[in-house]
Amino acid sequence: MHLTLEFGGGLELLCQSTKIHSVDVKPKPGEDKLTMRDLLVWVESNLIKERPEMFMKGDSVRPGVLVLINDCDWELCGSLDTELEEKDNVVFISTLHGG
Amino acid sequence: MDSKEIGSGSSGADLLREIERLRSEKEELESRIHLLEAQIKPRGAAEKDKSGSCSLSSLSCSQMNGATISGLSPEMIHRYSRHLLLPDFGVEGQLKLSKSSILVVGAGGLGSPVAMYLAACGVGCLGIVDSDIVELNNLHRQIIHTEAYVGQSKVKSAAFSCHAINSSVKLVEHREALQAVNALDIVSKYDIVVDATDNLPSRYMISDCCVLLDKPLVSGAALGLEGQLTVYNYNGGPCYRCLFPTPPPSAACQRCSDSGVLGVVPGVIGCLQALEAIKVASAVGEPLSGRMLLFDALSSRTRTVKIRGRSPACLICGENAAFTREKFQSFDYENFTQSPMSDKSSEKLNLIPESSRITGKEYNEIVNTGEPHVLVDVRPIHHFKIAAIPKSMNIPLSNLEDKLSTIDSALKQAAQDSGKCASLFVVCRRGNDSQRAVDYLSKNGFPSAKDIVGGLQSWSQDVDHTFPSY
Repeated sequence: MHLTLEFGGGLELLCQSTKIHSVDVKPKPGEDKLTMRDLLVWVESNLIKERPEMFMKGDSVRPGVLVLINDCDWELCGSLDTELEEKDNVVFISTLHGG
Repeated sequence: MDSKEIGSGSSGADLLREIERLRSEKEELESRIHLLEAQIKPRGAAEKDKSGSCSLSSLSCSQMNGATISGLSPEMIHRYSRHLLLPDFGVEGQLKLSKSSILVVGAGGLGSPVAMYLAACGVGCLGIVDSDIVELNNLHRQIIHTEAYVGQSKVKSAAFSCHAINSSVKLVEHREALQAVNALDIVSKYDIVVDATDNLPSRYMISDCCVLLDKPLVSGAALGLEGQLTVYNYNGGPCYRCLFPTPPPSAACQRCSDSGVLGVVPGVIGCLQALEAIKVASAVGEPLSGRMLLFDALSSRTRTVKIRGRSPACLICGENAAFTREKFQSFDYENFTQSPMSDKSSEKLNLIPESSRITGKEYNEIVNTGEPHVLVDVRPIHHFKIAAIPKSMNIPLSNLEDKLSTIDSALKQAAQDSGKCASLFVVCRRGNDSQRAVDYLSKNGFPSAKDIVGGLQSWSQDVDHTFPSY
């Protein structure tokens, strides 16, 4: 499944400062759907190069990270259980506090 | 045109104008009543801080003296004419703006354009709260301040600039930090709050306060080359805690004083915050509630995304929220977020024993006596390029693991040149990363490595005053 993943608000530092990643992710063997839960596991092992605790906590993202699927908060479409579709755009953004 | 003339005329158009005028007068009076009522409610507050009162009565009087059909004085019509010419904004928008009171929390990179635009556009009352003083390294982004005010209160400086732009706006200077103990008193005097702060605990505190007092909150943030903007607690929309019920780990909280910020980035977000505050105050357009604007300066992209609504389970604004004013005032926001209510205070790590540390002055002695040694600077390379101690060797902390052999050969070289054993010293910006480096080195073949206490900051203060601080 082709997906565009974006990292912002400092999370890009965890993946060698690259903000936009065009990726192909396959569902787990024996399954035909790819959920956000699966994608997080894939991202952690394939894109996150340092300090994984700055991205994940348990099986979800750490507090302070907003996840947007096609420009919409993942809380509005099922969070971890959201089923992804071909060409979806997923943004991981760390909330900023500076000023 | 005199209002009496209109009253005595009896043509349909004149009557309509008279009705319009009376309506606006009614609105004016209602707004004054509202403000007076608001002053009665938090009793002690208004009495304690007379200068901090945000009553618009004096302003209203001056408006009434020069009253025209529109309810705006001739001077106001002239000053705000380009607003009045906007069909979507017009007299009504300007009148509402002139009766609104807005509190800007933070007179920094975000607060600068916010305060300047809100003063320029003619809000009735503008409050600015901050306890900081102006520093030279603020001026690249905090454009409300000038060189003449370096070393003085940011609030004083900001009020001076705002007054210079528009002397008809009532300015209230709160030269103190907004904290849980004083926030209810201060915030209750205003209609709208703009969060232009630079730290996490303040953001939670301000949002909680706005929920308790039912004030819309225009929240902006900027760091590095990115910015974020949204409006909380507006018209049934979410509060900060609905989005972020649990604070992030403190290690994830980057600060402008550590990570840097391109000056114009908070400027862009601050301008947008002013815009949202104006929209809320004038009831024009759709404020950015339930949505968030993300700005990426490097790629020149903005995206506006849909965010969750108010959470029924929110501990502060949810259905069963039991958060009271008393609880708020005693809530420890710094402890809750594990981070300080300031962008500047730096952590003081105590990782390694005293015997593994030397002061800047002691290191200076070693240099002066020509004792053979190697100085490793573990800052990132872009820090090293700003300024460095002569002959120091840059190995960023993140690369240290791979560069042990480089250090080893440098030590051997120094020993060979002098015929004596060479010592190893480590320095960084403030003396924290250097301890982490020494801790690692001591466990990986360099047991006698020592770090310089307080890093280059102390070096600049105690030894070489010409060494630039940043």
